[in-house]
This record gives sequence, C-alpha cells and structure tokens, in this order.
Amino acid sequence: MGKQVSLFVTCMVDQLFPNVGIAMADVLERLGYRVDFPESQTCCGQPAFNSGYRAEARTVARHFLETFAASEQIVVPSGSCTSMITHHYADLFQKEPETLALVHAMEKKVFEFATFLTEIAGVEDVGARFEEVITFHDGCHALRELGIKSAPRRLLSHVKGLELREMSPAEECCGFGGTFSVKFAELSGAMARTKVDAILGTGAKTVVSLDPSCLMQIQGALSRAGHSIRTMHLAEVLASR
Amino acid sequence: MSRDNILHKVRTALGRSPSQAVAPPPPVRLRVPEVSMEDRIASMMSHLNELNGKTMRVPTMDAAREFAAGILAGKTALASNSPYLAECGISTLPGVATGITDLGELRQAAATVDIGITSADYALSDTGTLVMLSSPAEARLISLLPFHHLAIVPRERILTSLDELFTVLPHPAEQSSSMVLITGPSRTADIELVLVRGVHGPGFITVVIVG
Amino acid sequence: MSVEFDQKIHTTLEDANLQLAIYTATGRLKQKRVEAVAADSLPDYQELRTQANAIKKHAIENLDHYLEEFERNVEARGGKVIYCKDATEVSDFVLDLAKERGSKLIVKSKSMTTEEVDLNERLEHHGLESVETDLGEYILQLAHEKPYHIVAPALHKTRYDVAEIFTRELHVPNETEPEKITLTARAVLREKFLHADIGISGANFLVADSGAVTIIENEGNARLTTTAPKIHIAIAGIEKVIPRAQDLAVFLKLLARSATGQNLSVYASFLSGPRRPGEIDGPEEFYVVLLDNGRTKLLPDRSKRQSLYCIRCGACLNTCPVYRKIGGHSFPWVYSGPIGAIITPQFMGVSHEPGLPFASSLCGACGEVCPVKIDIPKVLLDLRSDVKKSEAREGLNRLELFAFRIFAWVMTHPQAYEIGGKIAASLAPSGEGKWISSVPAFMRIGPLKAWLSVRDLPPSPPKSFRELWRRR
Repeated sequence: MGKQVSLFVTCMVDQLFPNVGIAMADVLERLGYRVDFPESQTCCGQPAFNSGYRAEARTVARHFLETFAASEQIVVPSGSCTSMITHHYADLFQKEPETLALVHAMEKKVFEFATFLTEIAGVEDVGARFEEVITFHDGCHALRELGIKSAPRRLLSHVKGLELREMSPAEECCGFGGTFSVKFAELSGAMARTKVDAILGTGAKTVVSLDPSCLMQIQGALSRAGHSIRTMHLAEVLASR
Repeated sequence: MSRDNILHKVRTALGRSPSQAVAPPPPVRLRVPEVSMEDRIASMMSHLNELNGKTMRVPTMDAAREFAAGILAGKTALASNSPYLAECGISTLPGVATGITDLGELRQAAATVDIGITSADYALSDTGTLVMLSSPAEARLISLLPFHHLAIVPRERILTSLDELFTVLPHPAEQSSSMVLITGPSRTADIELVLVRGVHGPGFITVVIVG
Repeated sequence: MSVEFDQKIHTTLEDANLQLAIYTATGRLKQKRVEAVAADSLPDYQELRTQANAIKKHAIENLDHYLEEFERNVEARGGKVIYCKDATEVSDFVLDLAKERGSKLIVKSKSMTTEEVDLNERLEHHGLESVETDLGEYILQLAHEKPYHIVAPALHKTRYDVAEIFTRELHVPNETEPEKITLTARAVLREKFLHADIGISGANFLVADSGAVTIIENEGNARLTTTAPKIHIAIAGIEKVIPRAQDLAVFLKLLARSATGQNLSVYASFLSGPRRPGEIDGPEEFYVVLLDNGRTKLLPDRSKRQSLYCIRCGACLNTCPVYRKIGGHSFPWVYSGPIGAIITPQFMGVSHEPGLPFASSLCGACGEVCPVKIDIPKVLLDLRSDVKKSEAREGLNRLELFAFRIFAWVMTHPQAYEIGGKIAASLAPSGEGKWISSVPAFMRIGPLKAWLSVRDLPPSPPKSFRELWRRR
C-alpha cells in the first residue's frame, strides 16, 4: 500500500460542497493511499464545452492537462467531469496530435471515485456504517458514458445498517444538464420534480449519487418543495462510521 | 433537371466521382436456426394467437375444406386463384366466388364479401407472419379489403424467420411487383394508445395449417 | 432561443392534462421497447444495431452509387424515379401528373417526408383533395394540426378531443369509444380509397438492388394507398436507400421493436414497380420521388452526417425526458424529440431556432435506444458549437461569449479563481446552513434568477475545499 493518488475535486465540490472532497480523501486515506491535491486545479472545462464554446473549453482543458501531468492516478468525485476528460477531451483536440497524445495518456489515469475503489483499489467494503434507508440516483454521464451501474451499488451493499431502495423509473435524468438548468429553467425544474416523485416513491430519507451537480439539482428541488429528504455524495456515505 | 444537380451535390459532399467504385458493403447478416417442423408450427400458432389471430391445424386438405366450410356458414367469400385452394376444394364451397382475373370485378367482389380466402407463399414461424407475393394466383386486395382474412397454408411453407425468408428469396422483386408480410390483424393505437383491430385491413385473421 | 420556442415550452408545461397524456403514452411505448429488445426476446439486439449502423454508414458514404442503382432497377421494372430538390418541385410533379391524368382525389399514407414539404396544403391549394388515411394523421388533418410524434402522430389527443373533431368535421354523432371512432374512420376512408386516382405513400427503405420501396405500417392504409389507386407515388428522402433486400431482415427486426415494441409491424410491403403482366391488381403507374430538401447539406461533415441514418422509429422521443415534458408541438419543425433537435438545425440552418440544440440535458438516453446507433448527444454538442460560431460571426449573444472568455481566463489562473470564489462566497447568503430560496434583489438576475425560479440554492460553505485542505 501507500500508493499515491491525486484528487481532482472539481470546481463545484471546491466551491460549494467541500465536505464531499474531504470525505473522498478520508476514504482513500483509510484504504492506505497517500493523497495529494494539486493546488492549481480549477475546472475540467465542461461548462464551456457543453455551451458550444470549444475554444474556451480547450483553454481550460489544457490547464487541466498541465496541472495533472505529473499525477499517476487521479480520482474525481463526479461521473460527469470524469467523462468530460475521458470521453470528450479527445474530440476537442482532434486537430492537435500532440495534445491528443497527452489526452489519451490522461484518459488512462483519470477515475471516477466509485470505479476507482472497485476496479483499482479492488475494494467493496470500506468499513462504513450508515444506518438509513437510501435511494441511489444514477448520474446520466456516469451511467451512459462511463457505464457505471454496479460499482456504487456494490460499495453501498457493504455499508452496515444501510438499506438501498431503487427508484422507479430508475435511470431518468434529474434535469440538471449544466447550463441547460438555467437556460431552460422551467423545463429543468419540471424534470427535477419528476425525479423527486420517484424519490418519494421509495420512502428513502437520503438520496445518494456520484455527481454533486445532480445532487445540487435534486436537493434544490426537494428543498423548494419543502421535503426533509437530504442528498449525500457516495463519498460522504462511505466516510461515515 | 434536379437529378444531376442532386447527384452532383452528393458526390461533391462525399468526395466521390461519377461511377467511382464502392467498397463492398458489410457482409449480409442472415442467421437461420435449425428448428423442427413441429416446433415451427407450434411457434407460428402461438405467435399469431398472441396477436389475436386465430389458428387451426388440420391433418389433411379435406379437413381444411371442412374447417373453411364451418367458418363460411352462410357468409360470402372471395377465394384467390391459388391452385392450392382449388386442390383443397375450398374454391368450390358454396358462397365462394373465385377465378377472377379482371380488376374491376375483383375490386367489386373484394369490397363486398365477408371473407377473403388466400393461401400464402411462405409463413414465418417466429413472428406468426404470412408472406404474400402478388401473382395471377394471389391478388393483393383479397387479403386486404374483406374484414376477415382466411389463409390456408401447407406446413412445408413454414419457414423459421425473416432471415430464412431472405435466404430462400434473396431477390423478391424478381418474383413479383409486391411482396407483403402480414403479421396479425390490421390494428391501430392512435387514440390514447387503445388497441383497435380492423382499422383499414382485416380485423380478423385465421390461419389454417395443413399437415 | 426564440420567444416562440420558450412560450410553447411554457404552455405545454402548464397544461396538466397534456403533461399526463404525453408522459403516460411515451412511458408505455418506452416500456414496450425495453421488453421487445430484452435479451430473452431478441438475444442479438446489440449485434443487429451494429450491423444496421454499418449498413447505413456504408449506404450514406456511397449514396450517389446506391441512388443510381436504385433508379436503374426501378426503371427496369417500369417505374419512374424523380429527383426533387425542394417542396415546390415535389408538389409541381404531383400537380402536373394529376392534371395530365385528370385526377382529383388523392389518398395518402403516413409520411414524415410529405409533412416536411407541406404537401397536402400545396395540393389542396390547387383544388385537389388529398386525404390522410393513417388514423392518427387523419385526425390531425381534420384538426388542422401537424403530427405530435413521428410514430404516434395524435398522441396528445384524448378520445374526447377526437370525438369532438369527428363530430365537427364529419357531422357524425359524438362517439368517444376508440373502437367506434375507428369504425367511422374505416367507413369514411374506405370510400376514399375506392375512388382515389392517386395514392401517395412515404417509404421506410429504398432497396437499391431491387428497385423496391419498403413501407412498414399497422393499419393497412399504406397497402390500400399503394394498391387501390391506378397511380402510386412514393415520396422519400434520398437517405432512405439501403444496398440489398437482404438487409431488410436486420432493419425490420429493429424498427417495429424500437417503435412500438412489436416483433414485426402488421404489414411490411415490398413494392417494385407497377403491376406486372398477369398480376390482377396493383397500380398501373409507379413513381418514386427522391427528395433532397436540405439532406445534401448534412453530407460533408463526417460526424454529423450520421443524422441521416435515422429510420424514424421514434424511440428517442419516447425515452427523452425533454420530449416527455415539452411534447411535439414545442419543436420548431415537423421533426420533434432528439432526432428533431439534430436534423432541424441541419436542414433549416442553425439560426432557424438557435435554442434547439441547447434544449437537452445531454442525458444520453436517446443515443442508448437508437436502433442505428446515431450518437445524438455528440451531434447536439457539435451543433451547439456551430450555433456559437454562427452567433460570433453575426455579433449575437456577445455577453455570453464574454462570460465564457472570462470563465476560461479565471479557470486558467488559479489565484484569480480562488479570489473570485471568495468574493462570490462573501456575497452569497450563508443561509445558516440551510438551502436558500431567495437572494437580495441586486443578485436576482441572469442564471441565479433562473436557478431560483424553480429550485433552492445551496448555501455558501464557510470554507472552500482548498482552504480546508490546507488546514488538514
């Protein structure tokens, strides 16, 4: 043990949900990893990319590539940001072979948090205890671009005292979608309410996900509707004892 | 006119020149499973029944005729010119018109009878489908205009699937101007997704498998 | 985004009955597809998708070759092929033919391509009667509306709506049972079929090696349209061509399952030319109109041209969380849902409705269900970039461009990023740890206002992650 990992906490966790990053670091350290945080990190560039501003997205992506050039393994508490790096950077740099080579090297080093635990660390039981009924929200990019479905569920199944109840429908989008959430606010809100109905249907007290952005959307809608259900990142559940 | 203009635009966009050769298309993908005749018949019947089609298996052509006579029971029918129907003796049952080769007569008859009787060139067991090729023996309208379609199919014409059909018949256009695959009664769900049968074509379909 | 688009979305979201109708209907179609492609029903589903994608890719990359092969084979069997560049050419062709033959009544089977060129309106303007015969399309023609959905055009109408439309337009007693409404339509339309001079259909596939048009349907109206009148005209986009009849085995299996969850649609007609000597019925004349109408504009881009692979199954609509909220009529053109969002900007130009490619959360559900594996989210992203390039050229939306330039600068200057974060945090209400439902008036602008219009905002944490990390 004693292997090194770098955190890319994402701008959202850095600015709005710092406890998610701390929880992720705690879990990794408990598993014996030495964790570092490259301080010049900011954002992956996804907001610009998804808004159609490719040049600006490339600028931010280059910064990411430089920041993490020396890191051997990078763990990210977000399926969406991971996917931006591993699935969309290559598109951005199609016409720049040298950068593209860096991107392909980077793709192999960047891991979404749950996948890192189950596939790289080879752990399913992190020794957590969390006595509650929860439901799990699949973030769309984690689910459909990264194919993450079982990893978080396997991790949750080993958390003592935890009961997972699946939503129906399970795989529907929460309506966040980055700038979509403000460009089409009314529509985004309607999608969130459908998600909230699915959550209420489970009777769970907590909604868990891999993606802080989905959780922000879902918590925002739950809170607006006056429900006491809370949202938590998977890392926060796994850090609980 | 627009022909040359459109083809030119297509070629320019694709970076191709006129009559430039093409790479071979992806290999044809047809998988024909081994299925016993008994299993094919069972599958054919169960799939059609699921679609609210009626099926009957009879041992002989005589039995097929008797079954058809029972369905007719005073109703009017138009039988296609299929030699198989004639061999079964169905074309000569009371109330059955047949032998029409004139379009006007055919339209008139098909639009007014209760039942249209045909055979089928093939059947596809894994979907419950009838395959009808238009010919002097089989007009298109008989399986289309009457509210009840009765098809008499000898068992050896039952294939397993679409894949087998296109293996047996790689170029249907060489045989006929029209090949139609019929899978169950005509249906719609255009009002509140409520399933209604017999919207334009037959609301009832009965398939008799002989042998 | 245009005011009109925004307004249509708003109106649809406000209509509780409509919301229920769309959500229920698409939900049922969605579930049926899931069952029909499940491993126990169609074990080689993924292989079929891969094959369908490969065939479409090959056909589009060699489109001129297959169009010419198709044309040769249609003409060898006594049919005629007419290339049309736009709506006017299509309607001119039909009008001229109708005039020459003295035709007055036209029956039509369902075709999105003819919706694209407003064919009925154009024909009726010249005194021809053109009757839609698919039940859903007929209802909409009577109601003077465009299809709401590629496959289920009247998905938004209740039985009560339909009864009212029938009573008003056909002067029949008000009858709300779908069975009885259907029988009324059967009787009225049967007369039309038997008296029509021309039948106009669409085409699901144009088979190059056979010169055949393939039409898939459930009602039998397309069979009647292509059989009863003396003249059959099939109108299809040029992208519908596939190389071989044998390829249909792949597409037929995918199409019905993806569209309605059926193993096969009730009728698949494979029509090659007019009736042949000895055949008793079928049309005397057979025409295939090959329509461009903007399709050639999609060909140069190697990625975006995949939009032309679409077989119009509608699966992406049924699974799309956006379509399921905003319905079909919010979309700016006849094609709705995810496929509409990628083809409309390419056919009509990105400035036709610049908001369209952005009306997606990029959840990817559409790409996942597409039977020909069109990467719809990727094309949406490409189109977003096209919209922004076009806006930059025209000097539009400068504020947003400026904001993203600032964003890029901040995100590449970590110190500025950290200070910016601190300033934002100091301005944001702390909410004492609770989520925030309103902010001071001076902050109630732009994205923040939009966010708060439907949701609460997370409270600003006392310390950012990097601050906490440094203290660790």
